[in-house]
Amino acid sequence: MSISNSTIAAGDAPAASRRPSKVLSRRRRKIQSALVAYSFLAPNFLGFAVFTLGPILFAFVLAFMHWDGSNAITFAGLDNFWRLFEDKVFIAAFWNTIIYTVVSVPATLACALGLAILLNQKIFGRDFFRTAMFFPYVASLVAVAVVWNMIFNPEMGPVNMILYTLGLDPKDMPGWAADRHWAMVTVILFGVWKSMGYYMVIYLAGLQGINSELYEAADLDGANSWQKFVYVTVPQLGPTTFFVTVMLTIQSFKVFDQIYMITQGGPGTSTLVLVYHIYNEAFISWDLGYSSMIALVLFFLVLAVTVVQFRRQRED
Amino acid sequence: MKIAGRKVTTKSIAVYATVIVITAVMLMPFAWMLSASLKLSRDVFVFPIEWIPSQPQWQNYVDIWTKIPLGLFIYNTSKLTIIVTLLQLLTSSFAAYAFAKLDFPYKNTLFLGYIATIAMPWQVYMVPQFLLMREFGLNNTHLALICLQAFTAFGVFLMRQFYMSIPTELCEAARIDGMNEYQIWARIMLPLSKPALSTLTIFTFVTTWNDFLGPMIYLTKTELKTIQIGLRMFISQYSAEYGLIMAASVVALIPVLIVFLSLQRFFVEGVASSGLKG
Repeated sequence: MSISNSTIAAGDAPAASRRPSKVLSRRRRKIQSALVAYSFLAPNFLGFAVFTLGPILFAFVLAFMHWDGSNAITFAGLDNFWRLFEDKVFIAAFWNTIIYTVVSVPATLACALGLAILLNQKIFGRDFFRTAMFFPYVASLVAVAVVWNMIFNPEMGPVNMILYTLGLDPKDMPGWAADRHWAMVTVILFGVWKSMGYYMVIYLAGLQGINSELYEAADLDGANSWQKFVYVTVPQLGPTTFFVTVMLTIQSFKVFDQIYMITQGGPGTSTLVLVYHIYNEAFISWDLGYSSMIALVLFFLVLAVTVVQFRRQRED
Repeated sequence: MKIAGRKVTTKSIAVYATVIVITAVMLMPFAWMLSASLKLSRDVFVFPIEWIPSQPQWQNYVDIWTKIPLGLFIYNTSKLTIIVTLLQLLTSSFAAYAFAKLDFPYKNTLFLGYIATIAMPWQVYMVPQFLLMREFGLNNTHLALICLQAFTAFGVFLMRQFYMSIPTELCEAARIDGMNEYQIWARIMLPLSKPALSTLTIFTFVTTWNDFLGPMIYLTKTELKTIQIGLRMFISQYSAEYGLIMAASVVALIPVLIVFLSLQRFFVEGVASSGLKG
């Protein structure tokens, strides 16, 4: 069909007809194959554009607006931005997010690497152990968070009971989620416990990618296990560590569910984090513009980490 | 020889001891949950811990179904999870085929658009997304959650990476045999991409089943709630019924446990490969 059409289009100049018809049919074929390709893309792209791209663009606009969700939207200029610096809750949320990240990222990374090295050895029941380490990651958050609260219950929980039997004075006992000095520790411990198995799997893949000849060469040089770890394993795992750090940092910036379940951001604002503040400002105060401005802060934090890390990676 | 043999033994004993202790600590919360779910609420915190209750309260597992509509919550969650997973598999593998094996204008621009949003936290645009859904009248419907979870950039990326590893010659040979692109996708690519599809299935299943903030924002009617927020509602209503709360928690964990154990090979492979590619 495409051939007959293009012959007609080429008109009545027989000598020159060959080339244009070929060009035309090639173009037609190109358009046709592009249409086929777009038909493959369409179902996903339409949903993606409407429900993801659209809201992302809207978020950037909304940050510079005043809106309570029912009355008219008004332009706010930089009002929401300046408000960030006066909002004590935002400042607390910002620093809590940073503290959570700075503590939980290295802790999770170290635990994940340790587990991976331990379970990379040929031991009996290795698959079972790996599965066990991984399970907290897939377990329903609400279910495990409620157990966590019970285990760390300051008055009756088994953790404090064990500390008590070990001879700790009840007055010095950590109050965990109910204690402003320990609440952050409680949610960080939970985060490390829940996610280290996931990063262990990534590290295991990284370990399996290391060329065994490197270890043999190190053996010939008389290196001990620690030296092999420092001079072979760690540098060889560089790309994996990079990836894990970026993932973990971004996850930490986004932390919400476990804090909502374990401490509700308290006591006071001691575990209130950015996403919690976004949630409160949007769905409790209905201050949608301001909540979007806080969301932009979160966005730039994530962006900054991604950019800085990728740059350093490229230098390496 | 002997010394060497003994050395290995001491080392391996140390390794086993460490592994067993860590595993015990990791699994302790689950063991405690299981044990507490079979106790009377007043016995839950008895110390020293009685790991195996002398009088197991199986009644807890009967009572939870009548105290809250747990069955309905599980039905809602299963429905959402199955629909989201199917849509995700279908649309992602479809779009990924275009990105991996077909040529079209703006291919790289479009793909970059997808990649860029993988790093974009959902929490940044969850508020505008909610407002949009409300505008569409989708507040308090399951459709809202389906729409926001079924079309992810991650799914397209994962499938595209896998399709890139399938030789293009296969597609070309099929084209010569007279297959059109849809047939190639259905008869060649889909059957070959089972590992990637399994990875995507388990990822989507776990995320959707365990999703908390999404359902919390969108679903306020009890009859629409998922197991996660239903469980959370139960905890706030019966905060002192520890035994029952634990029994409900165990029930909420079981489906994920089953899916995880049966598909874990793909899950582990998926985590590992997406990790290396990142």
